[in-house]
Order: sequence, then C-alpha cells, then structure tokens
Amino acid sequence: MTADVRGSATLAGSGIRTSKEDELRIVRQPLARADQAEKIAGSTRYAGDLAFTGMLHARLVRAPLPSARIVRRDATDAFAVPGVVCVLFGEDVPHNVVWVDVPGQTVAVAALKASMEVLATNRIRFHGEPVALVVAETEDALAEACDLVEVDYEDLPGVYGLDEALADGAPAVHEQGNLLGEWRIDTGDVTAAFDGADVVVSGSYETQFVDHAYLEPEAGVGWIDDDGVLTLRVATQVVEHYRDVARILGVAESKVRVIAPYVGGGFGGKEDMTVEPYLALAVMRTRRPVRMQWTRQESLLARPKRHRMRLRYSTAARRDGTIVGQDIDITADSGAYAYLSALVLLYSSVHACGPYRVDNVRLRARCAYTNNPPTSAFRGFGGMQVVFGYESQIDLLAREIGISPEEIRKRNALVRGDVLPVGQEILTEVQLSQTIDAVTGRAGPLPSPSGPRKAVGRGIASNIQSYGRLVWLNDSAAAWVGFQLDGSLSVRCGVPDIGGGQASSLAQIASEVLGVPMAAITVHFGDSALTPLAGTTTATRQLLMSGNAAYEASVLLRDGVFGAVAAELGCPAEGLSLDGDQVTGGPVAVSLREALMICRRRNVPIEALGTFFGPKGMPVVRDLHAERVFPDFTFGTHLCDVEVDLDTGQVELLCYLAAHDVGRAINPLSVHGQISGAAAQGLGMALLEEVVVADGVNLTGGFFQYLIPASTDLPEIESIVLESGEGMGPFGARGIGEPPIGPPAAAVASAIQDAIGARPTVLPITPEHVLDCLRASGRAGSPG
Amino acid sequence: MTQTVAVTIAVNGQSITRTAGAHLTLLRWLRDAADITDPKYGCGEGVCGACTVLVDGEPTASCLVLAAQVDGAAVTTAAGLTRADGSLNPLQQEFHAHHAAQCGFCTPGMLMAATAMLADGRTRTRAQIREDLHGNLCRCTGYGPIVDAVEAAQERARDSSAAHHGPAGNGSARNGSARDGDAR
Repeated sequence: MTADVRGSATLAGSGIRTSKEDELRIVRQPLARADQAEKIAGSTRYAGDLAFTGMLHARLVRAPLPSARIVRRDATDAFAVPGVVCVLFGEDVPHNVVWVDVPGQTVAVAALKASMEVLATNRIRFHGEPVALVVAETEDALAEACDLVEVDYEDLPGVYGLDEALADGAPAVHEQGNLLGEWRIDTGDVTAAFDGADVVVSGSYETQFVDHAYLEPEAGVGWIDDDGVLTLRVATQVVEHYRDVARILGVAESKVRVIAPYVGGGFGGKEDMTVEPYLALAVMRTRRPVRMQWTRQESLLARPKRHRMRLRYSTAARRDGTIVGQDIDITADSGAYAYLSALVLLYSSVHACGPYRVDNVRLRARCAYTNNPPTSAFRGFGGMQVVFGYESQIDLLAREIGISPEEIRKRNALVRGDVLPVGQEILTEVQLSQTIDAVTGRAGPLPSPSGPRKAVGRGIASNIQSYGRLVWLNDSAAAWVGFQLDGSLSVRCGVPDIGGGQASSLAQIASEVLGVPMAAITVHFGDSALTPLAGTTTATRQLLMSGNAAYEASVLLRDGVFGAVAAELGCPAEGLSLDGDQVTGGPVAVSLREALMICRRRNVPIEALGTFFGPKGMPVVRDLHAERVFPDFTFGTHLCDVEVDLDTGQVELLCYLAAHDVGRAINPLSVHGQISGAAAQGLGMALLEEVVVADGVNLTGGFFQYLIPASTDLPEIESIVLESGEGMGPFGARGIGEPPIGPPAAAVASAIQDAIGARPTVLPITPEHVLDCLRASGRAGSPG
Repeated sequence: MTQTVAVTIAVNGQSITRTAGAHLTLLRWLRDAADITDPKYGCGEGVCGACTVLVDGEPTASCLVLAAQVDGAAVTTAAGLTRADGSLNPLQQEFHAHHAAQCGFCTPGMLMAATAMLADGRTRTRAQIREDLHGNLCRCTGYGPIVDAVEAAQERARDSSAAHHGPAGNGSARNGSARDGDAR
C-alpha cells in the first residue's frame, strides 16, 4: 500500500503502522455511537429477544455432582409431560464430541487432541455437565419435564486441589492423566544471576475462579432457513463456530449459518460455544424454530471460569533496582475439560516477567485437570493473573532496596528493541514510563485518614498485554466496503459486536479514508453467511484485524474511484480527494454520484473486499523460544488510593487512575469505555468476586452470592489515553479491550501494603484476608 | 395444568390484554406474552436491575412481581421513553452523549431507575446518584459515564424548569452531541 493522501496511514516493515494527529479528520473524534442510540432507545433485539410463531423451547439437564459415572438414564416420565417434543441424550447426537487442539505438547509439534462430549453418556467430570436436552412447546412444560428426566449416578473419586491433581496416583480426570499442558522458558543463566544478585525477594500468590458475569446470560434462537440452512442467531463472540456445529451434526459447513446480533457482554465467556450445539440438535430433530436461554444460575454453575492460579516468584536484582533474574513457577486449574487452558497458560508464560527487561529467566508452568468447573478464556487470558505476581515482586524489591515504586518500574521498563524472555523483540515504541508519569502526575496528594483507626495508602501497577492472536494461527480478517448509488456507504464484516464499538470503529475508519460522513455509513456485521469472515472478537484482535481489513478495503475502493475519475477527466489521480459528496483536486470537482457513474461506465467496481493477514510465525513447542509469539503489545499503569479500616479490614477505594498507550484512539469514547470498564472488572476481582467451589461442588448460585461491583463499590475511575501514534492496527492503533484488566488487583494490593505495611497475596482481598495481613504486621486492632 | 388468567396492563400508554399463566412474572408476561423485550432478564432474583420498569411510576424489578399482581396498572419501559418519531428523550440523549451504554444490556433497566430518581426533582450529588443506582448492575462501563449522564440530565431538567418560569428560555435545547473524550 503506497497511498499517502490525507488521512491515510503509512505501512512500514513488520506491520507497524503510524499516523499523525493533524492529518486525521474523523479518527480521534469522540463520536457518540449509532449502536448506542438504538440500545438506549430500547429497540435492540438481543439474542434472547427474537421469537417465532410456533417456536419451541429447549433446556439442558445437568449433572448434580462433580465426578461420577452415569448408570441409568430414563426419559419416559419427562416425555409424558404434555407439550414435551423430545428428550435427547448423547446417543442422539450425530457426532457427540467437541475437539480441542492443545498445541505444543508433543515432540512432533502436533496438536494434542482433547475432547469433550456434547451430552455426557458415561463419565461426569464436573458439577453442571450437560446430560440431556429437553425440547418442549412451552417454558412451563420444559421446567416440569427437566425435573422428571431420571439419571442415576455412581459417585467416583475426584480431584479438586492443584497439588492433589498433579500428585502420583491421583484419580485421573482423563485417561491420559491430569497434566494437561506444560510450558518452560530457560533463557540466560538464572543460577549465576541469583548467585551474583544483591537482593532476592520471593513470594507466592493465589488468584481465584472468576465469572464473566456479563449482564446477558447465554441465549439464542435457531431455525431452518431457505435451502435447508440451519441458522443460529446467538450471543457469541465467534460466528465461526458454525464449523464446529456442522461437525457435530455431520453436515456440510455451508449448511450452517451463525448470526451474532449485538451481544450483551462477552469478556471471553462467549468465546467457546454455549447454546449453539444444543439449539442445533433441537432444531434438526424437530425441524421447528427453537429458543434456548440459560438462567443466571445455570451460567454461574456451568460456564467456564477464569483460571485459578498459584504463582511462585523469586526475583533477583542489583542494589540499584535492576532486575537480573526471575525464577517462576505457575500452576493453573484447568477444571474438567481442556477448552483453551493450554493457550491461557501460554499467555501467562509469555507475559510472566511483565513489562520489564529480564535477561535470565527460568519458568515452569503447568495446568492440571481437576473435577472443578472448566476454565477457559476470560479478558486478559492468562496474561492478567501474572500481573498480580510480577507487580507484587517489583514492589517487594522497591521496599527492600529503598527506591520508589515509580523509579524501579522505570529503571526496568522495556524499550523498543528489547527482547522478551520468550525471544520476541519489541518492535514498537513503549510508553510505559509515560503511563507511570501520567497517573502519578494526575493524582492529587494522598488524603489523610478519616479516623484514628484508619490507614490510607497509594499503589501503582503496570502491565504488558498482547493484542492479536498467536502468530502461527495464520490469522486473517476480511471486510467489504461499497458505495450505494446515492453516495451512502455499506460496510460488511463478520465481526461480532460485543459492546466495545467493534462495528462502529469500522465505520469511523472507512469514513476517515473515504470522506463519507458517519451518518451515511451502515455496518452489517456478525453473519457467517452474508458478511466476509473476520474471525473472533477475542484476543484484543478486532481493531487490529477487521480494522485493518476495513482500512484496506476503503483504500482499494478510494483508489479505484480516483483512478476512474482521473482517467475520465485526464487529470492525475494523486491530487484527488473525497470529502462529503465531492471528489476534488486542483481544478477538478465532480459530485460523488457522478464519480460513481463514471466508475460504472468504465467497468470500475464501486465496492472492494479487503483481507488483512496477521503477522506470521512458527508454532511453539513446550520449551518456549520464538522470534515472535504475538503481533504486538499494549502497555499501561494504574494508580489506586485506598483507606483500610484497621478494625474490620474493610478496604475503601478512594481514587483510581488508569493510563494506557493505545497508539491511536480511533474513537476516544470507546477507548475510555474499555479502560474504565476493564478497570472496574479488575477491581471486582481484586476485592469482591469469587466462584466458590467446595470439593468440586459449585456453591455460587446467583448474583446474590456472586458480587460484581455495584455503583457504590467503585470510586470515580479516571482513564487517561496516551497516543504514541504507533501500533499495528489502522492509523497506528493498539488493542485496548483486554490490557486494562491486568493492573487493578496488584494496584489495590500495593495500596494496601502502603497503608498497613503488609501485602495481601490471595485474591479476592477480603476483609478477613486484610485482617490476617494486619495481624502479620502487628497493626490489628481489638475487635469491637 | 397451569392456571391461566387474563391480565390487562397499559404498557407505554397502550392497553394490552393477554391471557397467560397466572404464575408468570411481570417480566415474563412482558417478554413472552406481550413481546415487549426491552426489559431484560439478567438474574431472575431482583439483584441486577436489568428488568427494572416503572409500575404506576414506581421502579420495580419486574422479575419479582407477578403480572396478575399489577393487573390494571400502567407500566413504563425504556422503549416508552423514546418519542413516537424514534428520537430520544433528554435522559436518553444524555446517556448517548456520555457513552453511558456499551453492550447496552443493563441500559433499559438503568434508564428506568434513573427516570424514577429524577422524577422527584431533587438535586443529587454524584455520590447520591451512585447510591440511588446501586440496585442496577453494569459490567461494561465502571458506572462513571452513567453517573455523568444522570448528572447532566438532572442539570438539564433544572435549567429547563428555570426556563419555563422565565420569559423566553428553551429548556429542551440539546447539548453537544458528544463531549470531549478527555474531559473526565
């Protein structure tokens, strides 16, 4: 791409893109989004809001215990309930298996295949595992019938603890044993680094099971459309699951279509399939429209959670604060099935040393099968739990050495050209120090405690988080941009919009390149049959991937139109520009409509398909060393002030600041929204949230038990957007969806340490845990 | 067999009668019997607030009351705030301008809680706005933009009422379409 007209980005080597602020006219504008207007008007039809005449309802019967064998199933009584249409067991599923690739775990670099049944036929491995699918005319008949499906179980021994699962002779959750995945990094000489170090600090940290808790529980409607195409309109981050559904049904991929309407929150929880295979089975069996809506209780019970992790760190440094070595051991609870656990752990491994240069690293990371709820993708995807480890360590070092938390971070901060322990070079500008200055510069003085038995403290935490998928996955995204004859513009792109402005950003990018006003652009999105596939709305990849695809399509379209106008009028194409409804350049001025007529007369398309291919790389093996694992990274720093009640252990958040370099903010409103929302979700994990599981039994039965932050639990969150103007997305944008969820737990722990002199190491940081810390630091008060 | 009952409710000014299960919650009656889907199911136990509607002006978790209990009542949902021509009312406009919705699933309930709050004409601090919205959960925004929007709507209502008492004001003039993204 060589276009260098106003508003274009320039493409440098290795996929780095840049832009200059003063050349941008639409990008960087904080434009109120069209999708929000509909949502606020109350007219958006989410996945569960669509209904058909004659529609059936479907619900799952789930196992009530974590480790068992099915000995008997009987649907006679359930089937006898008036209005029940069918009851399906695993034997009724054409191909009753979902395969998962577990990369890097064999010497041949081939994928280890892990699998789970769509409906369990024999072995139950977690509380809530689906056993039967009931389909009925009404919700009431459905509820009655589900209670009447008889399933008898034989209890089997299970494993619920990390050490227990990995011990010799532990009951095997799967035949191949309980070690699902393992990664190692060995770089430099760790022994020598620790021997020669002035200071060594060590710590062990634990993170908890967390639920995504999007406000929209899993839901969808399915029907058979023209030409026998099974169509599923579901709340999902991945329309490409039509392929998995086709495999389960044993039909051609072209006969399954998945539509993602606006999704009521995803956060990774709608990355794996939820209702899709069950809707598909119900529709194919009954040949009628079917709706499935999970209850909140069902969502909390059975959807994969964020991985519980244990992080053990030893960190070696010189007297001046320079980190010289990291020795890291990570163990993660994969729950009962593989899902994306091995990849989550890979993210943990690559990000484990944080945004700091460390030349000598030994890392051992393992994830274990247990009979706990499955764990899988969740915003931050393993790259966020480790922040609690490495940022705790760097604060311990700062205290030990006697330098400030800001200074030690700046001293060790990665810069362009540094190489991560895994072997990947940082290619883009790193503004980590600027993010530290941004939050410390904006924060006012730490307030005085509000009472004699209160203590206040301030903490900061920085992080690094990749954006874009692992480079050996050969990621690509396509987008189609076309003029209508009246000069309005249609964008078609398979991107699911889960609330982050994924569709709206494409319009803003096209508007920048083509000069068409935002109000004249319509984005058709999230349809596996009718919009070009753009891949998953996961891994902070859509601005990078579909954003670049929409950019390329827009540039192709613009260049085509300019070429036609130039040929018609005998002027150079280079001087032309498009603004509103005019194509102008020097003495030339034609209306956009006339320009489109010129194109049609000269057989020049007034539409274009752009396909963007992500950066490439070789697959990794268990012993990690790669020149490139991810396309690029986003950096940031958060600051938090707390007040701790020394008698109750209650922590009050006084102020919260979050700064990230986003390269270029396509829509600053969306960027601020991502940062403050992720900070809020991270603060929930820091202080409130935990899915409580006792011997595999999920005890978390509703929102009255699972406490996500309410408006009164959070302080004013101030997001600060830095723009280095450099990244791998369009106009130099970097991904921002996941990165801001990393720092909050560590920032809160740092602030508590500053207040009371002892550091919480277990999440969530409950008042009980704070009281333990107070006792350890000798500051606990007498009760009452 | 399920006992059915005829229930008549004026939803957003339109009288609707449906004969449905007597055990249906107002939320299920609205969504499944009357196809009014802007009130959302989020938890079914009155914790999340996504199903909040006004019943005779009172903010109500529609998942916790039976439709039959409110037979004859007037119910307002978020869609009922939207004007007949599809344009947004002042509170909705402030939600839009302040980026107070992301995924939008909590928004219909949040709007109704805010509508009920603003109805008493009292001026609230940001902390008081947070207090009065604490029964409505949002997982996307961190609440700041929602508080911004309610604060702006409150200010606008005050200006508007001042203007109505003054000689020539136009209290419904719309603020800028979007505020400066850095101004928070």
